[in-house]
Amino acid sequence: MAIFGAKQVLWRSFTTVASHPLRVCIVGSGPAGFYTAEKILKRHQGSQVDIIDRLPTPYGLVRSGVAPDHPETKNVINQFSRVVQSGRCSFLGNIALGSSISLEELRELYHVVVLAYGAESDRVLGIPGEDLKGIHSAREFVWWYNGHPDGRNLDPDLKSTDTAVILGQGNVALDVARILLRRTSELAATDIASHALTALEQSSIRKVYLVGRRGPVQAACTAKELREVLGIKDLYIHIKEADLKTTPADEEEMKSSRIHKRIYELLSKAATAGPSQPSSGQRELHFVFFRQPDRFLESHDRKGYVSGVHLEKTALKGVGSGKQIAIGTGQFENLSCGIALKSIGYKSVPVDGLPFDNQKGVVPNVKGRVLSDNSGDPTSVENGLYVCGWLKRGPTGIIGTNLYCAEETVASVSEDVEQGVLGAATESNWPKPGREGLLRILEDRKVRVVPFSGWERIDKEEKRLGSLRNKPREKMTTWEELLKAASE
Amino acid sequence: MSVCTVIAGACEGSLACSTCHVIVMDMEYYTKLEDPSDEENDMLDLAFGLTETSRLGCQIIARPELDGIRLAIPAATRNFAVDGYVPKPH
Repeated sequence: MAIFGAKQVLWRSFTTVASHPLRVCIVGSGPAGFYTAEKILKRHQGSQVDIIDRLPTPYGLVRSGVAPDHPETKNVINQFSRVVQSGRCSFLGNIALGSSISLEELRELYHVVVLAYGAESDRVLGIPGEDLKGIHSAREFVWWYNGHPDGRNLDPDLKSTDTAVILGQGNVALDVARILLRRTSELAATDIASHALTALEQSSIRKVYLVGRRGPVQAACTAKELREVLGIKDLYIHIKEADLKTTPADEEEMKSSRIHKRIYELLSKAATAGPSQPSSGQRELHFVFFRQPDRFLESHDRKGYVSGVHLEKTALKGVGSGKQIAIGTGQFENLSCGIALKSIGYKSVPVDGLPFDNQKGVVPNVKGRVLSDNSGDPTSVENGLYVCGWLKRGPTGIIGTNLYCAEETVASVSEDVEQGVLGAATESNWPKPGREGLLRILEDRKVRVVPFSGWERIDKEEKRLGSLRNKPREKMTTWEELLKAASE
Repeated sequence: MSVCTVIAGACEGSLACSTCHVIVMDMEYYTKLEDPSDEENDMLDLAFGLTETSRLGCQIIARPELDGIRLAIPAATRNFAVDGYVPKPH
């Protein structure tokens, strides 16, 4: 049971005609959610903002996505916690949209609902063998080593093989490769989940292949991450020099994109630097270009388990505006492995009552205002309903991308508030139950809401447990542990 | 030096983001700055509205020779990058 000091502070709103506070509910406490909260509080001095999350812990992918060996990237958490500590914004954890409370109910309780719950599912390849054992999505694997309670039981088998194939060459793919190949002594002092550290310490994986269907010019990773993985001590890097040949179309792409030009330069340098053969016992990282997966191969010895990927060679074809796509050439080869990780993109999950574009995997919107359907008609908006972050733009970009995304969505909210289009037109319908109404409903349903103070208890305990092992924190990785620590 | 705005610094100066991206408005001042490191350039790759005189604010250390420097911050919505956006060549 969550206990709240029911301190009712009614502020005069300076930006609207109403004397009732603007009540905003943000679903999702990752960067999109928190940047949105920050900007709403700044623009609407009288507003009351609630951020709800289905986990008892806040911060979304900053906690469960950023790799354990990238602690500086997590510094943004300090900024986010200050938003809650301002007193005008509450974090309410362990509330699941759809099961604890419906979207319809939230829209009745609040003037403004902003959905910022990201993308918790995966794109699928749709090829034969995709459900063989030993094949996981990178998202699940990242949740597993970052201690997300829903990733706790992934139990990837790192002991029956020396080779892992990762499909995809974005930053998530690089993260996964790096975690598989780094010396575990280096990982031991990070906030990596201890069940993952143990598995990695016992891992027999020594070779990782990063497979991309296009070439080095099109690789989706960014320079910092690529530089880091290429700089791992005592790691043999292999890139086929033939793959580095560029076409005029490639040169054009590099001329118009500084990122791609610098990535290509890093990969070229890495292809020729270093020895041409690995030394005995050395770990290996292979960049494989121009190969797309046709199907997964099943092991003869272990029925139901993956034993490799059947790859088709590709060629690039221009599709206008400088973009090139991969086309199969009909030539095939096999790449053996005992574990395959798909790092081909996250995908958002729709909820009841929410218009959704299944093809793009996003909620149809214009500048963050949710549209009633996929027709693209910008005049049919869902009043008071907005989106921000990956749910709005698709699963791309970095933490900072959400800063601009939130600017745009909050600008739309502010316009709508100023024009009085939220809720009914008459003033008598203006007050909304907000937080008090939400908590009342949740108490009736016996939902154990975890307030920010509950997260602070979890945080304190994780740090305490971490200090016993020279780690910044020892993450609690089960729902039971987290909920127990939150209420102690 | 007159300061009237606070620049976002999500990573608190550890070269792990580009939220403190500023544009040096006068070439004369841009050339007075030390060249950006590889690490800074990696972050500038990801900055919105990148220009030829862009730098990360957290890497510009104030000193007397920079007195009078004028910095602009990219207009967030005008330069908002949507999927498929290709930055101007530089």
